[in-house]
Amino acid sequence: MAAETLYDKLWDSHLICQREDGSALLYIDLQLLHEVTSPQAFEGLRLAGRSPWRPEGNLATPDHNVPTTAKERMSGVEGVADPVSKIQIQTLDDNCSQFAIPEFTMSDPRQGIVHVVGPEQGATLPGMTVVCGDSHTSTHGAFGTLAHGIGTSEVEHVLATQCLITGKMKNMLIQIDGKLRPGVTAKDVILEIIGRIGTAGGTGYAIEFGGEVIRNLSMEGRMTVCNMSIEAGALAGMVAVDQTTIDYVRGRPFAPGEAYWGQAVESWKQFVSDDAAVFDQLIAVDGSRIKPQVTWGTSPEMVQPVDGRVPDPEDEVDATRRKSIEHALNYMGLSANQRLTDIQLDQVFIGSCTNGRIEDLRQAASLVKGKKVSSLVKQALVVPGSGPVKAQAEREGLHRIFREAGFQWREPGCSMCLAMNADKLGPGEHCASTSNRNFEGRQGFHGRTHLVSPLMAAAAAIEGHFIDVSTV
Amino acid sequence: MRRFVQHTGVVVPLDRANVDTDMIIPKQFLKSISRSGFGPNLFDEYRYLDEGVAGKDCSQRPLNRGFVLNHSRYSGCSILLARENFGCGSSREHAPWALDDFGIKVVIAPSFAEIFYNNCLKNGLLPIVLKDAQVEKLFLQVNEEEGYRLDIDLQSQQVITPGGERLEFEIDSFRKHCLLQGLDDIAQTLQYTEEIRAFEVSRMEKVPWLFNKKR
Repeated sequence: MAAETLYDKLWDSHLICQREDGSALLYIDLQLLHEVTSPQAFEGLRLAGRSPWRPEGNLATPDHNVPTTAKERMSGVEGVADPVSKIQIQTLDDNCSQFAIPEFTMSDPRQGIVHVVGPEQGATLPGMTVVCGDSHTSTHGAFGTLAHGIGTSEVEHVLATQCLITGKMKNMLIQIDGKLRPGVTAKDVILEIIGRIGTAGGTGYAIEFGGEVIRNLSMEGRMTVCNMSIEAGALAGMVAVDQTTIDYVRGRPFAPGEAYWGQAVESWKQFVSDDAAVFDQLIAVDGSRIKPQVTWGTSPEMVQPVDGRVPDPEDEVDATRRKSIEHALNYMGLSANQRLTDIQLDQVFIGSCTNGRIEDLRQAASLVKGKKVSSLVKQALVVPGSGPVKAQAEREGLHRIFREAGFQWREPGCSMCLAMNADKLGPGEHCASTSNRNFEGRQGFHGRTHLVSPLMAAAAAIEGHFIDVSTV
Repeated sequence: MRRFVQHTGVVVPLDRANVDTDMIIPKQFLKSISRSGFGPNLFDEYRYLDEGVAGKDCSQRPLNRGFVLNHSRYSGCSILLARENFGCGSSREHAPWALDDFGIKVVIAPSFAEIFYNNCLKNGLLPIVLKDAQVEKLFLQVNEEEGYRLDIDLQSQQVITPGGERLEFEIDSFRKHCLLQGLDDIAQTLQYTEEIRAFEVSRMEKVPWLFNKKR
């Protein structure tokens, strides 16, 4: 048999049929659902008189617009102050209840951001196909899984048929070798890659991340890298299964128990690219040269090392790109050649499906311990990615470290990553954010987002501006 | 799904690369549980000067006169001419819903983000990829000529300019068939019920832990 990539193997093992017109039916093992992109899908099912193909092939939890203050969360859905959000969260509960779909409701201790919940519960396992009406579904690829975002019509299609009409993508390998410097994290690795290949560099590809740096990353670090594949244009990012993957999965609530464990591990080990596998594109990155990254613009590709400067549009020869830079500088209130460390910050956000896991909070806390948030920073939020992340952090006393420093310690949800709830930036405010998108208005009307790692965000909260955490 | 066979309409140029779906329809409008009504908030942060709030009457809001959709020469437009990587970012299908609700039936760009591209096709909207130079030329023509219109013919896969130039575009044959016939994806897939069932049975044997609650 010809040598295959990890993606080829995942594709082949889920292919129901390849049709003559070039489209294919791919079997979906797990669909994750949340309140924002599912109501119209359930409504479509009802209107057509259809029911889910396999209800237990889905798992739902509200995350995008749940409030994150303890006060609002105390009385469940009834306590949600925003009446429109309340209807959407209630609608998810009603739909899951009507169609017998497993759900962690807002009051369930396991509730959280779908992309934190799936892996944490062991619902995401190696060798699976996972979809969700959310582009950051690529996160789950960290498990040697084919996982990507879909639209609401496709959510309805997967509900009704447990499969997806799709086409095969091309293969890209991004090989990151060397050793990361202290203070340089998975977030910096993926931001560096996006800066290099651009926000459309991965369009049409499934990206496999490999090399020494990836092998040495924890599962949480790998999730951070895969999470932002979509910011490089690739629907799916993935990492081959190894012992780190298997150790992470073992013992999780939805993971196979002893009865199947040996068989499962044996099957998972095949989900690596063959040595002779051919990729359509190969990119090599020297991990030892990566510095902590900061985005200065309004697209994740607008990124520089923290010791760098805001680019000068005059240096850009391409007219469309020059216009983009000018537009971004104007929106961000920055001037050409300004040092990134000179940007005055108003808010700090630590959380999201990119960086809202326990290791992220531990890293941030390690830098914050015994210090105070700068008086220049108006608000600093820590929003754990899920109930279990929050509980674990509290067992370790991280919440006290954050609170004593002047951070707010919140309830789990997407929060200020996309500001669908009350957590948002005011016009013109600059935010050091561990989230994934710095688009205009993303974190609030005329808000200005700088994407960074949890370590960088924590240091920025203390200083009131960015510093190079790799030299501290 | 609504059929798409042929379309003629006024072209509006949006001269910006990497237009993301947050820009097309900001998140505060995603709380709706319906598929319609997003049109007034299409490009909300660019069309209006004030902050968009769900439920606000948009007819009373101050317009950003500098934004193309507010230029009278493009009133009644139904074809959006855009730059590379249009529709990047979030998977929200609210983006094509908003475009459609506003009246846009065709988007032409040198490249699209994949999820957005797919989402358009599921809603009877036609995303057309043309070469950089062709798009550049269309931008010049639209800027020069008020009321500039294009004819789009899906059957022959052509964009026809007022000057009679025919620009061919590619489209997946399955998607073309669905658009021309207005076919429902789910009904079509359910014709494969036996194949799906058979696959599922074999999958249960190979990876029983995904199906069997026994731990």
